[in-house]
Order: sequence, then C-alpha cells, then structure tokens
Amino acid sequence: MTQADVLSPVRPKKTSPGTRRNRRSATLVVGCVLAGLVALLALVSLFWLPYPTDDTSGGRLAGPGGGHLLGTDKLGRDLFTQVMTGSRIAVEAGLGSVLIAATIGVTLGVLAAFAQGWLDDTVSAFLDILIAFPTLLLAMLIVAARSATLGSAVLAIGLAQSAVVARLVRILAKRVLAHDYITAARTSGTSWSRTVAGHVLPNIWPTLVVNLALQFGLAVLAEAGLSYLGLGAPPPNASWGRMLQEAQATFTTAPVGALAPGILLVLLVIGVNLIADGLRDTLDPATRRRRA
Amino acid sequence: MTLLDVRGLTVRTTDGRTLVDDLSFSVASGERLGLIGESGSGKSLTTLAVLGLLPDGMSATGSIELAGTQIVGAPEKRLTAVRGRDAAVVFQEPLTALDPLMRVGRQIAEPLRVRTGLKGDDLERAVAHALEQVRLPEPERIARAFPHEISGGQRQRVALAMALACDPKLLIADEPTTALDVSVQAEMLELIDTLVREREMAVLFVSHDLAVVAKVTDRALVMKDGRAVEEGAVHTIVGAPREEYTRTLVASARRLESALDLRSAR
Repeated sequence: MTQADVLSPVRPKKTSPGTRRNRRSATLVVGCVLAGLVALLALVSLFWLPYPTDDTSGGRLAGPGGGHLLGTDKLGRDLFTQVMTGSRIAVEAGLGSVLIAATIGVTLGVLAAFAQGWLDDTVSAFLDILIAFPTLLLAMLIVAARSATLGSAVLAIGLAQSAVVARLVRILAKRVLAHDYITAARTSGTSWSRTVAGHVLPNIWPTLVVNLALQFGLAVLAEAGLSYLGLGAPPPNASWGRMLQEAQATFTTAPVGALAPGILLVLLVIGVNLIADGLRDTLDPATRRRRA
Repeated sequence: MTLLDVRGLTVRTTDGRTLVDDLSFSVASGERLGLIGESGSGKSLTTLAVLGLLPDGMSATGSIELAGTQIVGAPEKRLTAVRGRDAAVVFQEPLTALDPLMRVGRQIAEPLRVRTGLKGDDLERAVAHALEQVRLPEPERIARAFPHEISGGQRQRVALAMALACDPKLLIADEPTTALDVSVQAEMLELIDTLVREREMAVLFVSHDLAVVAKVTDRALVMKDGRAVEEGAVHTIVGAPREEYTRTLVASARRLESALDLRSAR
C-alpha cells in the first residue's frame, strides 16, 4: 500500500454480508426466469407459431398430445398457439401501458411538484379524481369512442396508471426539491430543466423504476380482465383473458384451456413482482447507502 | 459602494405571523457583516429572502437591493441571473447541501459551466482547481467521490468550493461551521477568512455563536424575534454591549467559554 492510499480521503467501500446479497440477487434471478419464460414465448410467437391463429383443423376440445402440445379449444384451434399469442399480447399490454403511464405520469408529476399554491392543489385534485375513476369505466368509454382493440385497452390502462405514477412522482419530486442541494443549485444559477434532469430524476429514479415494474404486473392483469369482458384484443388474436372466458364453460371436461393461460398469467405477474422486489433492494439509495 | 441594501424587510407567513420585522441593514463591497441571534430569531430567513428563496407560504415586503437589483417581488428570471453571479450561499448541513447521487465533481462543474462556459477537459481542470483552492487533498479523487464517501469537513469544503465557483460578490454563510467538529470548525473559519480576503468578497455570516462571528466579521447585527436589537463593530458588541439582550448573549457566551476553559485546564 502506498502512502497515498493510507492517507486516502475516500473511505473504502465496505462489502455487505454475502448471504444478504445472495438472497437479494436470488429474488432478481427467479423473477427474471419467470418473466423471461413468458417473454421468450412472446418473442418466438413473432416469428413462428405451431399453427396459424385461425386454423381450426384440430378436433374440438382435444386433449394434449397428438400434434397439439396442449390440445385444442372448442373450435378446434391449437391451444399452445393461442397461449403464445397471448404471451405476446400480455407483454405488449404491459409495456405499452407502462410507457404511457411513465410518459404522462412523470411529466405531470414533475410539473405538479414545481407548481405552487392553487395550481398544485388543482393538479392534485385532478389526479385524485382520475385515480378514483374506475379503470373499467374508462376502458368502456374509450372502447365506445374507438373500438375494442388492444390499443384501446392499453390506452385505458395507461391513462389510469399515469395518475398513480404522477401522484407518486409529485410527492417524490417535492421531497427532493425541499433539499438544500436544490437551493444550492438554484443559487448557482442552474436552470429549471437542468435541475430536473440532473437532480430530481436521478433521485426519484430508484423508487420510480420499482413502481413501474409493479405497474407492469398490474397492467397485465388489467388487460386480462378487460379482454375477459370482451374489451381487449379482438379474435383471432388470443388474449389470456379471453381464453379464460372461452374455456370457462368447458372447464370440467377440458381444464387445460383455462389452466394454461391462468398459470402463465400468474407466472408473469409473480415474475415481474419479484423483479421489482429485487430492483428495490439493489437500487434503493437507502439500502444502498447502508451497504456502502 | 453598497452591495446589499436591506430596507424595512418584513417577512410574514400567510396565516399572519410576522417572522422578520422591519429589518434594515447594508453591506458594502468587501465588507463582512455577522448576523447573530438565537434559533428562531429570523436570521436564516433573512438570508433566504436576500436570494429570493423564501419557502412556500411566506412573503417579503420592504426593499432588498443586491448589486442594484431589487429582489423583493422580482420575477424568477431576474432572480436566476442575480443568484450565483452576485450572491452564493453555504448552508449549515453539508450532507443535505450536496446531491447524494451525484459525484462531487459534477456538482461543482455545474455552476462553473454556467459562469465560464467551459467544457470537457478544461471544465475538469477548473473543478480540480476549485477543490484545490479549498485545501482539499487529492482533488481528482474527491471529484470522483460521492458525498457519502467523504468526511463532513470535506463535504463542507466542497460546498464552499461550489459557492466560490460562481465567484459571487457576496458570500452568504448560514451557520457554515455549526455541524462540524470543534477542531474542524477552526480550520473552516480560517479557510473562509483567507479565501474571502484574497477575493475581496463581501460576506454575510450567520451564526448563533458570538465567538465564530467575531473571528470572521468586522461588523455585527444582533437579532431577536425578527428585529434588529443592536448593530456595531464586533469588538464593541463583545466588549461593551449596549442592549440588555446582547449583554445576556455575551455573558452566556462568556460563561460557556469559562466552563470550557475550566475543563481543558484540568
């Protein structure tokens, strides 16, 4: 060790106990495997499907095996094909909704955080009303105005979630803005946009990412719910929600039709939640500083 | 030449409480003025008002003229131009005065970039130079560190470097040594004293500690409950206080001092 190292003004980073770090990364790994499984199905479905989506050549309600990995539904369509398209739609719905929620939510939240007095009150009241407004009703309104497509469902879910994200961002940003370092930045002439990009966003990022991961899981569930009610993607694009609804009547004789989309839905949502949990442990500045 | 001229400054909350009451003082260029008072006497609010940074729900009336610019009621745009160029501030708590997620170097680079327009390697060199000036060892290394990776005294030096990076005409120091160890306090005061003298910078030094104010400033203003109680040369205030409150303040400081002397003598 050189003398410079001994006199180092920077304290060396302490390492955390191995077990805690392992448990932390295990959560993340399991989550990635579960969600990755569905993501892989979705990705493959873009290039290859066992059967065309409108192929009804199989026998009705055939059991697994015999050219159909999971059997067929009551119209003779291959279930595995439907499950694969369903994965794609679920991932698309999750990503699309989160993208809309993040874009609108972060913009509105940051603006609300900077706003003062009556403007802040107005924006907050508006957000609260939007949160109280049922997503289902919003979805029905949008479907009535447009048509029952995946886009409509994603728009409805994204808009509903953007209010939740905006409220979170507002409160997080307000907390950051109250710090002395913001005052210090302002006194040194840092512009509004640079304050947001340099100080506010990096400081709310860890919490925001975790929340967005959770919102992804919720969006997948919401899309399944909407398409169960016929407000999602229209046939022949099988969505998990509609598969569940169609298999409901024949559940006792052909349970695979309901089990397959149901299990994948649960796997994806659990996987995404585990990822969010793992991300929180690694990203959260509070836990990170405790480790450092 | 008068750099800062405060006339009849009154700060009120929206629910009608008066926190600073008809306060008047002025600071000439290169002059060092101390604001003394117990907590809650309105000294910190006064400094925030000077920069147009009063928190939500408080409003200032009266007149604050900083280098010829009226601060009270000025739009944000004019305030941004004044801040940094005419006045910069060092806060009491160095940990909250630095962004925990931004490397120290980048935080100093920002005001430097705004003022000088430097970029890339030149900016990096300027940052290292700024850190050197506040007597930080291994400036390159500190510049790459996060605030939690350096000590409290080093953090306060970084905060001072940030304020000086703007090369302001007036340095506002709001209890800059209160959060530090006694041994580090003395060094810090010495450093502020030297740097400010070198630059012929005016200082508005806020503290509850008479001894600290006496060390750095020439003139002092004693505040109580938002009002100015007494104003004058520091040694007159310490040596021959006129007002009852100042006398109590000086006496209690003496008592504390003698208690400390007693302890160290043992």
